[in-house]
Amino acid sequence: MNFNFTEEQEMIRQAARDFAQRELIKDVIERDEKAIFPTQHVKMLKELGFLGMMVDPAYGGGGMDTLSYVLAMEEISKVDSSVAVIMSVHNSLVCYGIEKWGTEEQKEKYLKIMASGEKIGAFLLSEPEAGSDATSQRTMAEDKGDHYLVNGTKNWITNANCGEIYILIAQTHPEKKHHGINAFIVDKETTGISLAPHEDKMGMRSSDTHSVMFSDVKIPKENRIGEDGFGFKFAMKILEGGRIGIAAQALGIAGGALERSIQYSKERKAFGKLISQHQAIAFKLSDMAVKIEAGKNFTYKAAWLKDEGQQYGVAGAMAKQYCADMAMEVTTDAVQIHGGYGYVKEYHVERLMREAKLTQIYEGTSEIQKIVISRALLKD
Amino acid sequence: MKILVCISNVPDTTTKIKFKEDNKVFDTTGVQWIINPWDELALTRALELKEGSGGKIEKVSVALVGDKSSEPTIRKALAIGADDAFRVDTDPGDSFYVATQLKEIAKDYDIVLCGIESSDYTSSAVGGMLSEMLEWPSVSSVSRLNIEGDDVSIRREIDGGQEIVSSQMPFVGIVQKGIALEPRIPAMRGIMMARKKPLNVLEPIEAETLTEYENFEMPPPKAAVKLVDEENVKELVELLKNEAKAI
Repeated sequence: MNFNFTEEQEMIRQAARDFAQRELIKDVIERDEKAIFPTQHVKMLKELGFLGMMVDPAYGGGGMDTLSYVLAMEEISKVDSSVAVIMSVHNSLVCYGIEKWGTEEQKEKYLKIMASGEKIGAFLLSEPEAGSDATSQRTMAEDKGDHYLVNGTKNWITNANCGEIYILIAQTHPEKKHHGINAFIVDKETTGISLAPHEDKMGMRSSDTHSVMFSDVKIPKENRIGEDGFGFKFAMKILEGGRIGIAAQALGIAGGALERSIQYSKERKAFGKLISQHQAIAFKLSDMAVKIEAGKNFTYKAAWLKDEGQQYGVAGAMAKQYCADMAMEVTTDAVQIHGGYGYVKEYHVERLMREAKLTQIYEGTSEIQKIVISRALLKD
Repeated sequence: MKILVCISNVPDTTTKIKFKEDNKVFDTTGVQWIINPWDELALTRALELKEGSGGKIEKVSVALVGDKSSEPTIRKALAIGADDAFRVDTDPGDSFYVATQLKEIAKDYDIVLCGIESSDYTSSAVGGMLSEMLEWPSVSSVSRLNIEGDDVSIRREIDGGQEIVSSQMPFVGIVQKGIALEPRIPAMRGIMMARKKPLNVLEPIEAETLTEYENFEMPPPKAAVKLVDEENVKELVELLKNEAKAI
């Protein structure tokens, strides 16, 4: 087994770290507090090539492997998960979905402008009454012969406002249940699409999350992805890859919390010595580091499996579930190490704790991951 | 027109420095290596000049004296935007030795930029030696550099102010902070291209190493800070006089 990163992977990790520690750190507290969208930083993501970094260079992407993407996500999430989630949805869900299952025409028309970061993508699956239970899609895409007519509402959509290209999941044949679901590429400017106000979230407050309403929206036939009824399978396949990105995000959040805790415990004194010299704190730091290391092994392995063309669904689910739950524990410990300072915004760890919580919820809750893992275990 | 930036492979600035072999040799175990920060700023400015030259500057090269282990640092420079690179395959020895090696590469360029010092041994000598060997003009402490016609316009930092000078080309610029705002972060495309750019490995030319390190010493640990109440000037004076012996 080779646990070494390649020179390129190390350079990408360092580039993401420099970007995060030099650029994202500025005003991150204010952006979070006032829910300011990181417009400038998304522009920098584009210039540095982090948008579309895994897309084939033939379509203008970076042609990087999943592990490189994981390392970039991890470093960016150490500082600002709002920026990381914009990047994650764009790369893991939208670009990947079109590149893997789109037609050549769809790739020419949509993938190229997303691989360059010129346009951002959003993935519209969740509904007010279909979150974890994604089979219960109520948004309808009626087959009208030469086009589909879409009506319904999508919820919790990351990049809903900054994104210009949507992948929409909707029901076409309700009688066929989830086998009747389709996936479509939708231009946000299409008549009949409107956004609800920005969601006022607990964490990752500066990413733009909205509900998206569809009222008699016409989608050309050629914008359907795959065969009729492929939509549910498509969404599940995409989420398999998405989990690796969110695992990396959780890993970064935990890593950021540990870095800050080490620094703080070497500066703060209590009872006449540095708190790092108290076993209660030193052991806590050790526990955090052990958990993060385990999370790295889960996540890097899942990324490696994907790059090797092997099955990675269960490995990704394990990585996502473990890292999300672990990030919650580690960030809680980081707040505890910081004491009262941990509870105020200036020291960042309370924000990391709020961000960690979302990784247990979105792109498949921790409970959904357990369903994925246990079903694989119990399969005859 | 061509620009050469001379770069050094130095330990990351957060490295914990340790020595071995009776404190005669720097212990490189576990050290992360980076481009010397001043050299990285010089490279950034060279790339800015090339981009703004409308094709007048045809290329920016980097040169480094070091063994194969320094190649990741060279490739980082290529990822940032240098067009090609030279590595003289030998231990850097000392400033005289390095300058001698670089001279052979530098003679084909119009502008040669060196950082004002390297963050490891801080000899601050290579740039000056190089210009002397080439018999070219050199300007040190350069904090701004522009090309104006056939000359370069330079701002340099001097005691209590700044000096604006111009020089003919070819010339050697020994640059310091301010030459560029901050080093560039390599873009993904640059990282992928880095391996495809030419990295020429050259055999060293014979030269002497004129210095040797007898012993390294760590600086004394920082003393604890004593806080004196702002109203208690008498105690402050007492401490400065008798304890710190500063007055």
